[in-house]
Amino acid sequence: MEAFLHQVLAGLATGGIYASLALALVMIYQATHLVNFAQGEMAMFSTYIAWSLIDAGLPYWAAFALTVVIAFVLGVVIERVVIRPVENAPVLAVVVVFIALLVILNSVTGWIYTYTIKTFPSPFPEQPLFGIKYMSSHEMGAIGVTLAVLLLLYAFFRFTPLGLAMRAAAQNPESSRLVGIRVGWMLALGWGLAAAVGSVAGMMVAPIVYLDPNMMGGILLYAFAAALVGGVDNPGGAVFGGFLVGVLENVLGAFVIGNELKLAVALVLIIGVLVVRPSGFFGKVYVTRV
Amino acid sequence: MSRRQLIVLAVVLALACALPFLVSNYRTFQFTLVLVYAIALLGLNILTGYNGQISLGHGAFYAIGAYCTAILMDKFGVPYWATLPVAGAVCLVAGFLFGLPALRLEGLYLALATFALGVSLPQLLKNHHVEKWTGGVQGIVISKPDAPFGLPLSPDQWLYFFSLAVAILMFALARNLLRGRIGRAMVAIRDHHIAAETMGVDTAMVKSLSFGVSAMYTGVAGALGAIAVQFVAPDSFNIFLSIVFLVGIVVGGLASITGAIYGALFIQFVPNIADELSKAAPWAIFGVFLILFVYLMPAGVAGALRMALARWQAKRQND
Amino acid sequence: MALLEVTQLHAAYGQTRVLHGISFAMEAGSITTLLGANGAGKTTTLRALCAMVKTQGDIRFAGERIDGRATEDIVRLGIAHVPDGRGTFVNLTTEENLRLGAYTRRDGEAVEADLERVYGYFPRLKERRAQQAGTLSGGEQQMLAVSRGLMLRPKLMLLDEPSFGLAPLVVRELFAILRAVNERERVSLLVVEQNAALALELADHAYLIETGRVVLSGTADEIKRNDAVRSSYLGY
Ligand SMILES: Nc1ncnc2c1ncn2[C@@H]1O[C@H](COP(=O)(O)OP(=O)(O)OP(=O)(O)O)[C@@H](O)[C@H]1O
Ligand SMILES: [Mg+2]
Repeated sequence: MEAFLHQVLAGLATGGIYASLALALVMIYQATHLVNFAQGEMAMFSTYIAWSLIDAGLPYWAAFALTVVIAFVLGVVIERVVIRPVENAPVLAVVVVFIALLVILNSVTGWIYTYTIKTFPSPFPEQPLFGIKYMSSHEMGAIGVTLAVLLLLYAFFRFTPLGLAMRAAAQNPESSRLVGIRVGWMLALGWGLAAAVGSVAGMMVAPIVYLDPNMMGGILLYAFAAALVGGVDNPGGAVFGGFLVGVLENVLGAFVIGNELKLAVALVLIIGVLVVRPSGFFGKVYVTRV
Repeated sequence: MSRRQLIVLAVVLALACALPFLVSNYRTFQFTLVLVYAIALLGLNILTGYNGQISLGHGAFYAIGAYCTAILMDKFGVPYWATLPVAGAVCLVAGFLFGLPALRLEGLYLALATFALGVSLPQLLKNHHVEKWTGGVQGIVISKPDAPFGLPLSPDQWLYFFSLAVAILMFALARNLLRGRIGRAMVAIRDHHIAAETMGVDTAMVKSLSFGVSAMYTGVAGALGAIAVQFVAPDSFNIFLSIVFLVGIVVGGLASITGAIYGALFIQFVPNIADELSKAAPWAIFGVFLILFVYLMPAGVAGALRMALARWQAKRQND
Repeated sequence: MALLEVTQLHAAYGQTRVLHGISFAMEAGSITTLLGANGAGKTTTLRALCAMVKTQGDIRFAGERIDGRATEDIVRLGIAHVPDGRGTFVNLTTEENLRLGAYTRRDGEAVEADLERVYGYFPRLKERRAQQAGTLSGGEQQMLAVSRGLMLRPKLMLLDEPSFGLAPLVVRELFAILRAVNERERVSLLVVEQNAALALELADHAYLIETGRVVLSGTADEIKRNDAVRSSYLGY
């Protein structure tokens, strides 16, 4: 029982990370109806930037904040420079560009930082927080950080005019232009935000999986699974899906199929959801009158 | 084929036959891999280029073909040449079966599902339940066949000619298929899905069939590749293998038969050149080429050559 | 000086040319209507003013050329477009739709006041302020579209068939509101209408468009008395 509880809680911690990355995917999907295959590598690259900043002597949280900002700018620049020219191109062209981004970020990181595995610090203390023995303090801290990010994003989209404009631009570009929203920039902002959220996920997962250019491959799959389970255009569903996938992965990995087959959980979920219920299990059904 | 095309074909074939006697064994081995990749790319092109179904996980079928051959040779002592039809048949069925659920997936989602397959593949291959057959993480080592009938050829030279024969056969079959009724149906589905359906094309059947045939090609390539490199192991079939294939068809030319050859030359030799810069350099170059081709040369090398030829002919007629 | 002055306006969708040199002008504070049969190019003319279709020709707003500017910048000059088909943000609430109308404004308090003002015009929208706008009835969405335009506090409002889908009584009400907005707030209106009788009652000036050209223009009274207009558009 104790072991089970431990796996569930550990699953929640990684699940939070999947949830963040899934949310990043959903944000881009909502705005463009595209799935960003390079989302994981963008997070990985940002995490290396954080590593460099910490290595250069910056305190952890300063490096954290600076990394989020840099990731945001990186996301905006990628959208403007690389994605924009293929905005209206056929799906294949766009997928190829995403894959190209994935490959470029991966190899550039390997080029700069080599492929040797690095450790990445956790900002949380060694001892368990609040004397809770089922979870490491990093796991608890990661959940806390994830929840804070999710809450901030929610507030941003729900309560600020810019957040409202971004939602509007994603849903109805033509009407958005007619009320003066600069739709192109909203897309770029969305990419920036997604990259920023992804960078947080990267920094939270790096102490667990260590830093290496291929660290995000599997995590991206779990995030895809999370986004699909939750409904790929439903942010709340994606977050829930993230936690669910995290717990499933840990519990099934520990007790049922063994750790070495964990990725199969993601694969089965992805293909299963796509085939059985492409709108996900929490996808909103919008009522529209014509 | 026009007379000029026949002449070109004859010259290319003559060159291809002379090649192993002009270069070292190691180079010959590299050209064998070019042939292997060309077959694999042709397979992916049938699915993605001609039929418009995006696969980011074709490494999976390459791996299945490779493992078929390795297991048959290693565990059952089947001669290498006899493993190819088996590998092809297994992949045909596997591809067809994967194609059935894929029918429900449009463009992006199919890309996503196949991407997931490509990423999780090494883990599936390492699974300890099948370790007895697959050799687990260690993989399987097989030996390179010698030339038969006492032919005075080195094993590398022989394998090259063997691969060349297989490639010629596969390309000829593909040409017939793609120029025929089924090929036209495949393209019609890619370009005008609904119109194709109303015109009475059995879209479900044609799409699953494309998947099966495509997987068969790539599987045969995997089988040949296993024999050539004498080794299969899970980590050689990671997502980057599938991405290499994507690079190959984009650079070579989508929906082009000869494009598979240009693509294969590209993915075999460009990394070799770039490798001297850094271990990461080939991939950076692949990525940059992908973007450049999408932006500037969406028809790939094959398309560019076709255009250059057309221009040259037009100019000659004007003169 | 005219508020809006359009000279030799051409427009095309891809290869299909739709407007063949339309010219018209309207004074500040006036109500002008564009009449014409289905497919004459009325919607296209309004879209052309907002750079939503490729154009050639000269468009001046308050003396300044605006052709060639982006839609988002034209809105910022104070031109509100209530589009054909309403353009509702279906997944947002009624109130969010209205707030988007004021997206370019920086006078927060006045926006709150304007929100109350349009709720005053259309109390029904106030009742449904938190409802997902896609679930509003067609008529309610039409009111929402007009209100969203008003939230800009525009100098000029382009209205594409505002009466579409509304019950006759509601149409009366809406047109009374439009007249009030015009008189009290000096908002100029450019109205496209199928219901020519109604439009001519509201407007001071009218232009008749046929296959992408202006074929007749004058004061609303002159147009009303024109025999051709009477037989083809007014039906008496
Ligand atoms: N997006 C488009 N692509 C091609 N042609 C178009 C497009 N939109 C409109 N047209 C054509 O342009 C012409 C004018 O259309 P427009 O919508 O301006 O007419 P309208 O005067 O508003 O008609 P209605 O009274 O029916 O609304 C029509 O012949 C129409 O078919
Ligand atoms: Mg119209």
